[in-house]
Amino acid sequence: MNLSFRRKAVNAVMLTLTGVCTVLVAGSLLVILGYLAWNGLASLNVEFFTKLPTPPGEMGGGMANAILGSAKVLLVAMLIGVPIGFMAAVYLAEFGSGSFSGVVRYATDLLNGVPSIVIGIFAYAIIVLPMRHPSTFAGGVALGIMMIPIALRTTEEFLRAVPVSLREGAMALGASRSRTIFTVVIPAAKSGILSGLMLNLARVAGETAPLLFTTLGNPFWSVGWMQPTATLPQMIFTYAISPYDDWRRQAWAAGFVLLVLVLTVNAAARFTIGRTSARGRS
Amino acid sequence: MQSGEMSLSRRLRSGDPIAHTLTGMAASTILAITALLAYHLWVGSAEARETFGWGFITASTWDPVKEVFGALPFIYGTLATSFLALFIAVPVGLGAAIFLAELAPRGASDALTFMIELLAAVPSVVYGLLGLFLMVPFLQSTVVPALVAVLGFLPLFQGRFNGVSVFSAGIVLALMIVPFIVSVSREVLLAVPQDQREAALALGATRWETTWKVVVPYAMRGIFGSVFLALARALGETMAVTMVIGNKPQISSSILEPGYSIAAVIANEFAEAGGMHQQAIIELGLVLFVLTVLINGVARLFILSMKGGAK
Repeated sequence: MNLSFRRKAVNAVMLTLTGVCTVLVAGSLLVILGYLAWNGLASLNVEFFTKLPTPPGEMGGGMANAILGSAKVLLVAMLIGVPIGFMAAVYLAEFGSGSFSGVVRYATDLLNGVPSIVIGIFAYAIIVLPMRHPSTFAGGVALGIMMIPIALRTTEEFLRAVPVSLREGAMALGASRSRTIFTVVIPAAKSGILSGLMLNLARVAGETAPLLFTTLGNPFWSVGWMQPTATLPQMIFTYAISPYDDWRRQAWAAGFVLLVLVLTVNAAARFTIGRTSARGRS
Repeated sequence: MQSGEMSLSRRLRSGDPIAHTLTGMAASTILAITALLAYHLWVGSAEARETFGWGFITASTWDPVKEVFGALPFIYGTLATSFLALFIAVPVGLGAAIFLAELAPRGASDALTFMIELLAAVPSVVYGLLGLFLMVPFLQSTVVPALVAVLGFLPLFQGRFNGVSVFSAGIVLALMIVPFIVSVSREVLLAVPQDQREAALALGATRWETTWKVVVPYAMRGIFGSVFLALARALGETMAVTMVIGNKPQISSSILEPGYSIAAVIANEFAEAGGMHQQAIIELGLVLFVLTVLINGVARLFILSMKGGAK
């Protein structure tokens, strides 16, 4: 009853302000999506998906090679990053204990914090320099290294979430430790691990910085795995900062396509993870 | 009996050494990659480190033609944009986290958090695209004239605003790091025991006083952790900054002037650089690497001490 007017007023004002902050942050996603959809949809056409880029100043053309290039780079990245991250997670969750695990965890955290542009320098030093030219493979190595820490984290988390009773059950039936891991624990954690992989892919799919000097870019189709290649994020960058209106238009289209892909995969994976962990809790 | 037991135990361990070795090798690979990364940055910049010494980080001339390299303008640009981003993102992010953890009903809070976490998934180059074509014109037509009218007497807001600037980069970065601050801070606020709140409310504190004087201090270390994580992200952020900072190696007292960041100069110049120029850029990478490792380490300490404190 003695609550002074000032305290009540401060309470009301500050609580309202926190609400305003939330609207500001959540609203920016809507602005981003809305503005990108508005500009992207207006610029999107069939040619974007089927044609090669045209020389500067010429109208038309598309980014078919960049879309394929991105897919190829991501495939290489997945083949490099996922097995290492996954196996290391099995080690940490099932076999690891003691100081070696601690060091591995620390190195993983460190690697996770390294800026993507620095990973790009590293991939340049170990792949591009010895091979003497940028390539799909070099870009894949850069993104693959970026995938390792997240692959490890999510896999370990979901392996640890498998109830001990399942392991005990399998071992009581006479299965060896490794057999238990590979036929009981991993299948039980499968949907979580796969969702983690999708999140991971969505994250590196939009990475541009490490590709600038590892895949370089290429206005034509890139043959095989050892040639420079165009990728979607790198095309957005190049086209956005170009002085040509038609290129900028295509940058919007590419930005829209990339964002829709990334957000769809991301939302789907989060939804699956939410459902699995909710089921686990009940 | 003895031999039967032996074979049983052997059967129970069949395949274990192989699985142990294989997965252990994968774990060692991570160690090797991390060590190799640090090694390459160190060795790749050896000549530049020898030639310029510590002067590299205090000199402000960057001239690839004369092979004179000083990184100060880039270090300044990286720090200025990152701290400007924190200056904007910390209050807003903390406010949103408080709303989501303390006021919003759980369902609404989860839905809004989901949306905010999607913001973190938007690729950097898309932020750059929007920054360049949506935000910069808006700043130029509306925000900056208003700011200059009110605060124009400060050296911070003097000079001519051409759109691309340290200020623009800071705002884009703020938008990019705010999801991390919201999502980590919300988690630590939610982890504050309920009886802390009830005790404060029972003593007659208002909702805001309970939050600001009891809940937030309790979660302070975790919040600091989230801020340092966000800072580490901001320092290494490349594409969006490259697109809106103006890419001009200068140190100006006004944030409305263009600048240049470490990550941006690597992105722009590394592909065409050779010889000493390349060495200098790799040294920039080394500087960035050390900075982010340090900041991430601080964040880890805060978050670990939080966990230790909770026990």
